Amino acid sequence: MTDLLYSEIEEELRSSVRALLADRSPHQAVLARCETAEPYDRKLWRTLARDLGAASLAVPEETGGAGASVREVAVVLEELGRAAAPTPYLGSSVLAGTALLALSGDEGADELLAALASGERTATLAVPLSTAPGTPRGAGFPAAVRADSAGTLTGTVTSVADVGTADVLLVPAEGRDGPGLYAVEISAAALTVAPRTSLDLTRPLFDIALTGTAARRLAGPDRAPAALERAVLTGAGLLASEQLGLAEWCLESTVAYLRERRQFGRTLGSFQALKHRLADLWLDVVGARAAARYAAGTLADGDPDAPVAVAVAASHCGDLAVRAAEECVQLHGGIGMTWEHPAHLYLKRAKADQIALGTPDRHRTALAGLVDLPEPAPTA
Amino acid sequence: MTDPDELRRRTRALLDAHDPTGTDRLDFLRARYDAGLAWVHFPHGHGGLGAPRALQAVVDTELAAAGAPDNDPGRNGIGLGMAAPTILRYGTEEQKERFLRPLWTGEEVWCQLFSEPGAGSDLAALATRAVRDGDTWVVDGQKVWTSSAHNARWAILIARTDPDLPKHRGITYFVCDMTDPGVEVRPLRQITGEAEFNEVFLTGVRVPDAHRLGGVGEGWKIAQTTLNNERVAIGGQRAPREAGMVGKVATTWRERPELRTHGLHRRLLSGWVGAEVARLTGERLRQQLTAGHPGPEGAGTKLAFARLAQELSGLEVELLGEEGLSYDDWSMRRPETVDFTGREAGYRYLRAKGNSIEGGTSEILRNIIAERVLGLPAEARTDKDVPWKELAR
Repeated sequence: MTDLLYSEIEEELRSSVRALLADRSPHQAVLARCETAEPYDRKLWRTLARDLGAASLAVPEETGGAGASVREVAVVLEELGRAAAPTPYLGSSVLAGTALLALSGDEGADELLAALASGERTATLAVPLSTAPGTPRGAGFPAAVRADSAGTLTGTVTSVADVGTADVLLVPAEGRDGPGLYAVEISAAALTVAPRTSLDLTRPLFDIALTGTAARRLAGPDRAPAALERAVLTGAGLLASEQLGLAEWCLESTVAYLRERRQFGRTLGSFQALKHRLADLWLDVVGARAAARYAAGTLADGDPDAPVAVAVAASHCGDLAVRAAEECVQLHGGIGMTWEHPAHLYLKRAKADQIALGTPDRHRTALAGLVDLPEPAPTA
Repeated sequence: MTDPDELRRRTRALLDAHDPTGTDRLDFLRARYDAGLAWVHFPHGHGGLGAPRALQAVVDTELAAAGAPDNDPGRNGIGLGMAAPTILRYGTEEQKERFLRPLWTGEEVWCQLFSEPGAGSDLAALATRAVRDGDTWVVDGQKVWTSSAHNARWAILIARTDPDLPKHRGITYFVCDMTDPGVEVRPLRQITGEAEFNEVFLTGVRVPDAHRLGGVGEGWKIAQTTLNNERVAIGGQRAPREAGMVGKVATTWRERPELRTHGLHRRLLSGWVGAEVARLTGERLRQQLTAGHPGPEGAGTKLAFARLAQELSGLEVELLGEEGLSYDDWSMRRPETVDFTGREAGYRYLRAKGNSIEGGTSEILRNIIAERVLGLPAEARTDKDVPWKELAR
């Protein structure tokens, strides 16, 4: 059984990331930026990625990384979730980073991965954020973009995360010989990037349109589908840690509020109806920590149980985070409905995260196949 | 004694001296106790070696591999889980010497005389009285939900010794001889049809003062030790995936494709995820204990277990459809061990209803989590400083 605890190094990492976010990304700052054209604080991202080394954690030392694992990445995500911090960590370090890591040995992929690890460049994986793991090869590989014989790409991809700060897009595309993974410079001609109005203000989404856009092929049919699947599976498994951190903040801030706020001549937190709701929420947060740690651990260890672990973590943590954020809004009363209180940032992030990389329901459906609990046969 | 290799050596020495295949079961268990390998975290002379609790696994693994008999822990759960740690902490040397060895070997089964018809979750409201008469105490009252009372040789008992004090004070803790005159055990037939629990009537029972555990009036504090140990005993074991109720319903699902519906499939998968999350939570708790940093997770183990057991056992009855309309056997039995998953689906469904009541209701557990883990204020208490005899009952 994989280690479900946190190492001392992970706790130190957590403290550094938490201190940085408290200093540089307080809620007022996030709120002030979230409706502007620059919701992400690029200086904060550089500090996190480069100075704290968060972007290089899962990258091997020979490729310029820290040679740690996705366990440490999960700890960073917990803190990013806890702060509702707008950074391109998921798109660049997790999704694009994992896809490139899966292509290790390819010169172009290694070079780009080293640039991401150093914090010098930022990338994202050009798939809709709602893409779920486990979709079968062929049917699952996005065919929205086609590569022609000259190696240019044509097509559109909607609802892509972390495009706003990306220098490079990793685009899955169908070529004449089958699926491939391509690198497109954000500065390329014949590329349009259109922001959407996103539910989650702290992780804005974009539609991209490629019209004969110049691209560099990183992998062909032999490696691209597996790399894409690995990236989406890892993303879904690690997103559970972001959801855990988010839920923890919601629980803690609600408990703190109910310990202060008085109504009916009593502290609100002394009412049993409210205590029981928070006790139940706490229990599910405790479960989320175990499930998220197990998912991160199996992904780090290359354990064959990883797909089950990811499905369990994603379905539990996805629903839990939404419930925690909903309870946070409700139990803060009127103040929870205001724009100036950060609760709404968490609710929007939680609801968007529930859809990101597979809804809990999709993950449970995937689980049915993985653990042999088949669906009913279609009725005649 | 913190060396696993040394423990392994001692375990092998026990096996060499008492070949488990050729030794009488009780003789083997007694020898194991005397070798300090019963519960290694207990002190020397009382079944242990003063070793860390986590090292018990080293001994258990060796003994299981050698085919050694166990002490049938399901038969004496109250004794092992509740009475023993309390006696160890609060008992006199004479009491430890007298009670612990036959308790561990299972020669003497224990039960717990705490709950009363008028004092369940509000246990401190108990009304059973103990009045001092020289060197003995005379006990009168009625207890309820007493599992194992029909097999028990001894009971841990709390009784009111000073009704003039507020309810949490004026309670004293005793060991009661279940064979004494005035102790009457009546089966209490339950929702399942069987009588796993009992009512115990105490009429002029004379308990010697030598069987008092701790000081007069300290009973409530000591009972907290017992109750905390009960919750530890209920959670905390390592379990494989699909152990317990989820395994039962998953097996039925796999073996009976004709019963499957889409709605039940959704619920089954949710329940499966819940069970796996609970299993991982238990595993994480176990790892924390092994690392010497126990977390508060244990407080929620029983709450999660009860919720899942009820959800999944209810699902199974529904899945069975017409078969779910039948029950295996309503005849009144008095089982010797507690078995949540044995028998058939209807039994499991009904028995699981007790999981959120016995050993602290889910509501009490939520209060404990809210107050002790989350630090929320206590419920308003109107009876805290009122003498017990003046409370409305």
